[in-house]
Amino acid sequence: MPTLNHYLLLSAVLFSIGTAGVFVRRNLITILLSIEIMLNAVNLTFVAFGRAMGSADGQIIVFFVMTVAAAEAAIGLAIVIALFRHRESLNPDMFTQLKW
Amino acid sequence: MTPLFIAQIVLTLFVFFMLLNSAAVMVYVERKVAAMLQQRLGPYLVGPKGMLQPLADVVKLMFKEELRPKAADAFLFALAPIISATCAFAAFAVVPFGADTTLFGLLDTPLRLQVADVNVAVLVIFAIASMSVYGIVLAGWSSNSKYSLLGGLRSSAQMISYELSYGLALAAVLLIGNSLSLSDLVNRQAGTWLGVLPRWFIFVQPLGFVIYMLAGIAETNRAPFDFPEAEQELVAGYHTEYSSMSFAMFFLAEYINMVTVSAVATDLFLGGWHGPFLPASLGWIWFLLKVAAILFFYVWMRWTLPRYRYDQLMTFGWKVLLPLAVVNLLATAAAVLYFTA
Amino acid sequence: MILFYLFAAVAVGASLLVIAQRNPIYSVLLLIASFGALSGLYVMLDAPFVAVIQIVVYAGAIMVLFLFVVMLLNAPHEDTEADERRHILLRSGPLRFGAFLAAVLASELGWALTRGGDAGAFAGGATTSVAAIGRSLFTDYAFAFEVTSVLILVAMVGAVVLAHREKA
Repeated sequence: MPTLNHYLLLSAVLFSIGTAGVFVRRNLITILLSIEIMLNAVNLTFVAFGRAMGSADGQIIVFFVMTVAAAEAAIGLAIVIALFRHRESLNPDMFTQLKW
Repeated sequence: MTPLFIAQIVLTLFVFFMLLNSAAVMVYVERKVAAMLQQRLGPYLVGPKGMLQPLADVVKLMFKEELRPKAADAFLFALAPIISATCAFAAFAVVPFGADTTLFGLLDTPLRLQVADVNVAVLVIFAIASMSVYGIVLAGWSSNSKYSLLGGLRSSAQMISYELSYGLALAAVLLIGNSLSLSDLVNRQAGTWLGVLPRWFIFVQPLGFVIYMLAGIAETNRAPFDFPEAEQELVAGYHTEYSSMSFAMFFLAEYINMVTVSAVATDLFLGGWHGPFLPASLGWIWFLLKVAAILFFYVWMRWTLPRYRYDQLMTFGWKVLLPLAVVNLLATAAAVLYFTA
Repeated sequence: MILFYLFAAVAVGASLLVIAQRNPIYSVLLLIASFGALSGLYVMLDAPFVAVIQIVVYAGAIMVLFLFVVMLLNAPHEDTEADERRHILLRSGPLRFGAFLAAVLASELGWALTRGGDAGAFAGGATTSVAAIGRSLFTDYAFAFEVTSVLILVAMVGAVVLAHREKA
């Protein structure tokens, strides 16, 4: 039977994959996808702990995290669209100067 | 390998086979009813009264050449019809279509006539409906052709817009039924009021039923909401570049989605398998009759009403249907509080 | 147990491929596969509601949004010619440092989890029913619930305003 540590280790691995994606990739959309991977890893941790403590609070927090992730993805993508219209590129290195 | 386990496997295969058959029957019914509404004969050459016409259609589709545009993304082009067809079949897995039966005494424990009896069945149907958007949007994108892309994007925008009203209509039923399991909701509709009016949820939620049916028709991309695959406007929308069996899979997915929406509407609003004059073990006959009535209504709508233009369609979905669904939900919540407090 | 390893392998594998793929459409589709595996893990953790909501919200709505944006932008390739000859994870400079940092994070978390203490087996318990979650949401966490709805409204307005194209 998988124990709590199994789930926590899996979510740690997923979180670090997401972090690696944010550092390594030079494409704004893939960076946003890596942030979603990190949020999912956190969700898994919450549900695992909620189950280990026998309460529904883990699932309730996951509900809120998902909502916040949805809102953040929407705004992030809107910003990406606005940025793309100006520089025709999705590379974050093209946006390193504060000039618009 | 208890008898119940074997019976469940047989039930799964049976449901799959019957869904395939229902698509074939729907092909025939659509053409015959269209002919009736347009005062002509319809298929009559192949078999008695044209009943073997679906067989002829399937054979024709199988023998056509399977084409793929050169610039199309091969993997996604092949994956899109698979996603559509799989989601269409998977959604029916949680729909119950009859009372618990012991198969005329062969089984010791009764078999629930539902492939998967999960207690969040309504949410599962909603989830799989959300996933079927991908088949269409990937088909439109991977064909690498402007008609397909336009059709695919419009169709998926339409589907995700009407999903909201779909969900809200479902939520109103859940308020009355107090359970997410479809079997529980059907069993709550047994019996009658005053011995005359059956306790179907349609009498408690008439507006909810109308909203659900309209959202369901829009979800399955059927007329009058079928602008994205309108033959006259967009060649054939997202499945322009598909031929032979891939096209057959999209076709199949559309008909099975219709059957699933009708089956869920029957379970939620029309009392499922409950009906007068028949014992509970033959309830599936009532279920079939009710589903057939809703499917006839679907075909009738297609060949009677003109098609909505795309912006009219989206305006209707967001500015008319969604507020109505929200008002329906609020009114239902208020009524539940008032009558049970 | 084997089911856990299967889902975990799919989740980790798909996530690795997400950050290694060049084509953003494949990244989005692989992430959907990863979410599906996570949904299976939630079912194994006796949380069917979260599992289905994961499919409905994440895989069915947020990823559709990502897919639409990727298709609408149809962005050209992100890399220079020199970089294209080497694989993404082997590039120079800050990228290698970032990958190294992530590997350090993973190994640190792994070390912290596997040292000492009990294995943390799960307490026996029934599946949390949706009714219990709903009751808790609307009583204990009602304020957070209402604030979340305001958050979604703000996000909707913000997204429309930010992506608005000025009619020149």
